[in-house]
Amino acid sequence: MSAVTVSGSVRTDRPAPPSLARLAGVELRKMTNTRAGMALLVIVLLSEVGLMIGLMVAGDAEDLSLSGFFQIAQLGVGILLPVLGILAVTSEWSQRTALTTFALEPRRQMVVAAKTAAAAVLVAGVLVTCVSLAALANVVAPLVTDASGSWSLGGNVLGFAALFQLINVLVGIAFGLVFLSSPLAIVLYFVLPTLWSILTGLSSALEGPAQWLDLASTTEPLLEEAMNSKDWAQLGTSVAVWLALPFALGLARVMRSEMK
Amino acid sequence: MITVEHLTKRYGPVAAVNDVSFSCHPGTVTGFLGPNGAGKSTTMRMICGLTRPSSGTATVNGVAYRDLPNPGRHVGVLLDASAQHAGRTGHEVLTVSGQLLGVGSARVEEILEQVGLSGAASKRRVGNYSLGMRQRLGIAHALLGDPSVLILDEPANGLDPEGIFWMRGLLRDFADRGGTVMLSSHLLREVEAVADHMVVIGHGQIVADGGKDELLTQGGLVVRALEPSALERVLADAGVTAKATRDGAFAVESDAETVGRVAAAAGIVLLELRPADSAGLEEMFLRLTSSGPPSSDGPPPEVTRPVQPSELDREAV
Ligand SMILES: Nc1ncnc2c1ncn2[C@@H]1O[C@H](COP(=O)(O)OP(=O)(O)O)[C@@H](O)[C@H]1O
Ligand SMILES: [Mg+2]
Repeated sequence: MSAVTVSGSVRTDRPAPPSLARLAGVELRKMTNTRAGMALLVIVLLSEVGLMIGLMVAGDAEDLSLSGFFQIAQLGVGILLPVLGILAVTSEWSQRTALTTFALEPRRQMVVAAKTAAAAVLVAGVLVTCVSLAALANVVAPLVTDASGSWSLGGNVLGFAALFQLINVLVGIAFGLVFLSSPLAIVLYFVLPTLWSILTGLSSALEGPAQWLDLASTTEPLLEEAMNSKDWAQLGTSVAVWLALPFALGLARVMRSEMK
Repeated sequence: MITVEHLTKRYGPVAAVNDVSFSCHPGTVTGFLGPNGAGKSTTMRMICGLTRPSSGTATVNGVAYRDLPNPGRHVGVLLDASAQHAGRTGHEVLTVSGQLLGVGSARVEEILEQVGLSGAASKRRVGNYSLGMRQRLGIAHALLGDPSVLILDEPANGLDPEGIFWMRGLLRDFADRGGTVMLSSHLLREVEAVADHMVVIGHGQIVADGGKDELLTQGGLVVRALEPSALERVLADAGVTAKATRDGAFAVESDAETVGRVAAAAGIVLLELRPADSAGLEEMFLRLTSSGPPSSDGPPPEVTRPVQPSELDREAV
């Protein structure tokens, strides 16, 4: 029992509150140290490989380049990584670990910020694997196909892809915060935007304006590295509605909610 | 040190916790007792900043929980042993929290050892733990940051008798080293063995608050004689009120010497003469569990609260 040492009613040492970097490290670990988290990351990796092989088999010669392989991989990542963002939030409620998390860090907004930062780190890590795998594919492709094998990869391609993935994963986190339930958040994350497209597609008058709020189509130009000012405006509008709004509502909900 | 002042929590029209005040002092184990639904967990969640009180305040070491920098280094909290990610191993659960608290991996090993979960058990997923193992992990988690205050909600649930014995020793030791312990239970016997101080809550209100000994001996004495009717007669003659109990003994409101002398003078053989242990508290407990909530317009329940000399000392410091 020698491990129990207490120093009376009031401790003289005042341990500093944990920094955002430390909290983000903790959240990053929590995202990857469960079976669900690990499985999702493996599936992300497999989707990258699968899409690159698919491109190699079916793609045109001029698309078989470093940037071509890199960009095709973004599609799989863009679908799967947000689920990890959702689970990073909702698993705290489904597994009831929020009780512990917020007992150890009562500044709940800091925990949410740490989850956001951890998701950004994860995006960066995944992009690194995308570049590495794309490079490997670009070495192999000319050996087995008549690939162009171009090695150019502009900063825009990387930057836009990073923005694309960050937006998607943050929308995932925002949906997690609003619904605080894994199945609800995941289903609505995939269904709501589609529902929006279908509903507004019914009326030709709505179709044009509705595109401003269709996140799938407003983020698409990011992967084609061709963003004009209208594209930025549409992206900003859709991000405000699908990311900023649910994030703000969800944060407010988490700040007020009772942990049981 | 935990100080709770006029804490109230309303859920709609119902007050789950109603104007609750008490304190837990360093060096003591406070048993927070009450039947299921009395408001124990709600009170503890409010102390830990997890539930917002409707009114009132709670502080730990003089500071609101939310304002403690790195609270896990001051307060060890175990509110629900089952609230852990089923897919993480016990070792991983502690490692993650250790990282947040800023304690090293050596501390994790040390604490796992201390709660008897080191080795293979620590590498199993929490989902495969028994409730008793989860309680041990929860206690390990609470102790991880080397706190001076422990807040444990029904920590004995699911522990086997050996585990309960172990936990009592651990809590006693923690308090003896100057720590403050608050533990809740719905079983009087469970708390009786380890607490020095008891706070009893029923229907959201404090109904008793005091040192264990004072509360437990409020029932006076139990005396049993070979010839009960003879004893009853001489006690009545001596002016000592005696009430026959169901098993042929008497509950008397007097001290042992008086009763003993009366019996000796009459040549009556006594078989038993002892404090009426927890009869008083137990009766109160049964009342709490059987009756409905107190009517809202009636007077508040009378709080049983012997003033402790030790408490006066403390306030003077
Ligand atoms: N979110 C809630 N909404 C309504 N009533 C609640 C809520 N949480 C707790 N209660 C009620 O508050 C009372 C106290 O509950 P609790 O603190 O869990 O009691 P204990 O821990 O002593 O068993 C119970 O009657 C319970 O039904
Ligand atoms: Mg309870």
